[in-house]
Amino acid sequence: MAILQTQGFTLDNSGKRIVVDPITRIEGHLRIEVNVDKDNVIRNAVSTGTMWRGLEVILKGRDPRDAWAFVERICGVCTGVHALASVRSVEDALAIKIPKNANIIRNLMHSTLYAQDHLVHFYHLHALDWVDVVSALKADPKKTSELAQSISPWPNSSPGYFREVQNRLKKFVEGGQLGIFANGYWGSPAYKLPPEANLMAVTHYLEALDFQKEIVKIQTIFGGKNPHPNWLVGGMPCSLNVGDTGAVGAINMTQLNMIGDIINRTIDFIDQVYIPDLLAIAGFYKDWAKWGGGLSGQNVMSYGEFPDIANDYSNRSMLLPSGVILGGDLKNVQDVDLKDPGQVQEWVTHSWYKYSQEQNGLHPFDGVTDPNFVLGPNTKGTRTNIENLDENAKYSWVKSPRWKGNAVEVGPLARYVVAYARGNKEIQEQVNGALKALDVPIGALFSTLGRTAARGLECQWAAHKMKYFYDQLLANIKTGDLATANIEKWEPTSWPSEAKGVAPCEAPRGSLAHWVKIKNTRIDSYQCVVPTTWNAGPRDQKGQIGAYEAALLNTPMVNPAQPLEILRTIHSFDPCLACATHVMSPEGEELVSVKVC
Amino acid sequence: MIETYYSLMRKQGISRRSFLKFCSLTAASLGLGDAGAQQIAQAMQTKPRTPVVWLHGLECTCCSESFIRSAHPLAKDVVLSMISLDYDDTLMAAAGHQAEEALEQTIAKYKGNYILAVEGNPPLADDGVYCIPGGKPFVDKLRRVAKDAKAIVSWGSCASWGCVQAAKPNPTRATPVHKVITDKPIIKVPGCPPIAEVMTGVVTYILTFDRLPDLDAQGRPKMFYSQRVHDKCYRRPHFDAGQFVEHFDDAGARMGYCLYKVGCKGPVTYNACSTVRWNEGTSFPIQSGHGCIGCSEDDFWDKGSFYDHLTTIKAPGNLGIEGTADRIGLTALAAAGAAIAAHAAVSAIKQARSKSGNDKLSEVEK
Repeated sequence: MAILQTQGFTLDNSGKRIVVDPITRIEGHLRIEVNVDKDNVIRNAVSTGTMWRGLEVILKGRDPRDAWAFVERICGVCTGVHALASVRSVEDALAIKIPKNANIIRNLMHSTLYAQDHLVHFYHLHALDWVDVVSALKADPKKTSELAQSISPWPNSSPGYFREVQNRLKKFVEGGQLGIFANGYWGSPAYKLPPEANLMAVTHYLEALDFQKEIVKIQTIFGGKNPHPNWLVGGMPCSLNVGDTGAVGAINMTQLNMIGDIINRTIDFIDQVYIPDLLAIAGFYKDWAKWGGGLSGQNVMSYGEFPDIANDYSNRSMLLPSGVILGGDLKNVQDVDLKDPGQVQEWVTHSWYKYSQEQNGLHPFDGVTDPNFVLGPNTKGTRTNIENLDENAKYSWVKSPRWKGNAVEVGPLARYVVAYARGNKEIQEQVNGALKALDVPIGALFSTLGRTAARGLECQWAAHKMKYFYDQLLANIKTGDLATANIEKWEPTSWPSEAKGVAPCEAPRGSLAHWVKIKNTRIDSYQCVVPTTWNAGPRDQKGQIGAYEAALLNTPMVNPAQPLEILRTIHSFDPCLACATHVMSPEGEELVSVKVC
Repeated sequence: MIETYYSLMRKQGISRRSFLKFCSLTAASLGLGDAGAQQIAQAMQTKPRTPVVWLHGLECTCCSESFIRSAHPLAKDVVLSMISLDYDDTLMAAAGHQAEEALEQTIAKYKGNYILAVEGNPPLADDGVYCIPGGKPFVDKLRRVAKDAKAIVSWGSCASWGCVQAAKPNPTRATPVHKVITDKPIIKVPGCPPIAEVMTGVVTYILTFDRLPDLDAQGRPKMFYSQRVHDKCYRRPHFDAGQFVEHFDDAGARMGYCLYKVGCKGPVTYNACSTVRWNEGTSFPIQSGHGCIGCSEDDFWDKGSFYDHLTTIKAPGNLGIEGTADRIGLTALAAAGAAIAAHAAVSAIKQARSKSGNDKLSEVEK
């Protein structure tokens, strides 16, 4: 079988097979195999998660109040998102209401992560797909300065500043030790930026590396450290005290001032560096509005995020709305119910797990994760030295989640499409403004370029929302409300003998949810379905492909030996594979789900 | 020509005076005198950048994220001017076979002279198939790269101890580096993640003095891990005075009292959090109101709840200087009732299973 028709796509695996493993500049371990035709156009794509950690198994029998710390370690890049989903799901199970301040602080921490994580993704994980570091050596610093000043008021833009960076780079290259830039695809005709734009972007790569560490200090103030700040079931562990005895021992005026200052600097950096760079670079790569769309023009999903009203996760409260769009029908946004056993389900037909009945999907409350590493008959190589995988058999540690049986894309682009379709004026204005600036039609959104642009716009949105949440916090403290934690149900003796809960969290990379069952004060089962599971998952029992595989199809490659095009599209999703963690009981009878965040 | 850290700093417009000041500050922060500062200056003016290969096994990448948070020195300066990060799948431009070629080139060219940094650990169950970057078990890659390495740095609690994926029942048999590689010097830099400046501090120490830092019995640099968080905690006077947070967000919490009774593991955790602090000294867990969870200690996931208080540490103050944590523990147990007693039994079993080192958290006996 060489031809497969699914979801409007045609897959043909008869051409030359290309393997990219490891996919670098991501979180975790991912392998991509594609087949290209005689014109070097991608005609088949195979996405494989190459790690599994088994975290959910480990949670069984533990104190649900501890769970956030375990699951937070699913991912250190989007740090905190699993912790947030965890405390929310335990609060849902035990009907715990958190104080208003705790909701605001959580929103502030979460928007802080959006800003920092998206920024790091653009400059440090994605930019080298578009920016030729070596070409920057040929730039005229004076012209670079003119370019920078023509697109932004950012003050670090003098000819001398860019010359200094260029000299440093020159020295670095002349030294012969290229470090992380060794063996890059420098000089490839796939790179389109003039040397001046390359120098500007490389300079901002370094500047953003310095600046991102400032943004996260907000998480450090409230959570004590970053990565992996501390959280609390029932609220937040950081007490507030702005005017009373001992204020220096709590979150006080000096720290609030520091937060305000960081927020202002974050807004400036994103408005004046990230967004102008994004638009400038995108202007040279408008071709990429044609490729990489995959499922985005058809099926997208968001669980909604940033509850404006404490304890209300409905669209009345969510600043980014939830919803599912199928078949590109923007006029019909459907509602998501995480407790409905017929909506979110996972299949393992092509995943290295076994179900008793693999033709069926399982809702996470009934999830099973039983590892089963077997390779198909057409695999090339051996079990411990795989050359080519057989995608007709099992081929990934990631499961295939589906919404009512449909493969969907999640992430910033999906959130923006849902918000746009739901009539969110703020998002509509922002998107329309960017489309106008780039002079491209709305259809350009559904592409690799659109996905990368949506992340930048969302980063900007989040930075400005940090300010909104900060103002909310100060206003609420002004009313005299200092409460940050509700400990009415802290003691397990106050809990029912059995409870179950689920909670959403839109992580930077997309829709995340945790499903927890508690029995006799201990975790009975714990399951996570994470964003990269939705996007990176393999085919399902019907042969439907996931978002990564769909997005790679029909993209022409300049030189298949240099997989820049594959990296561009895969990186546009911001992969996070470490979350491939399923659970199984020590007895092996019951398990959980896989994740990838 | 070989680029040195000093030449780079000068190229950046940093004066010689500033450079020497930097050396003095670095020396001071490491507890060294003027001679140390001179050594640092000499080293930075003459040495080529040391090749580093950074591998990732089963992990969450929090160590890499922490590393790029370093303020002194900046991660940018470490990567561009102090080491040559020849392979790191999180940051490197090349992918696939071009990435693997870069690794092979480094191994061949710098045989016996590169540093291997490991983030995460190899799973050994089922032939290692739970982590197969490049289509091969990670443990094979680890062994191959380790063979010609000069020394190994085990970043974080995954590489040092096993961490969360090795918590019971450790379904993939995730195994720390030193149990797989036994013929190379290994520096453990535990923590989940380690503090950024501790990571870069270890790197700069090695580069500057051209030797590995002195290690304690468990293989951790003495300079950062020889004292407990409790020893230097700014809330320690409240512990000594018997002033405790009884519940989250109570009056004591808003006064910054000691978090011992809500589970702080600072008294049994060896790390630099209460001195170096996190994110350029901004805060650390205790300062933000949550107890230390002991994330730099072996098996910290399997020592009971993060909210169970320690039972082996003497607690002076309102219980009197003769009072012990055990007495406080018994009181709390009585209050919490059957649920905690059941948990205590589970914990005791876990403890019996765990191979314990020094200063382990001691679980309630019954």
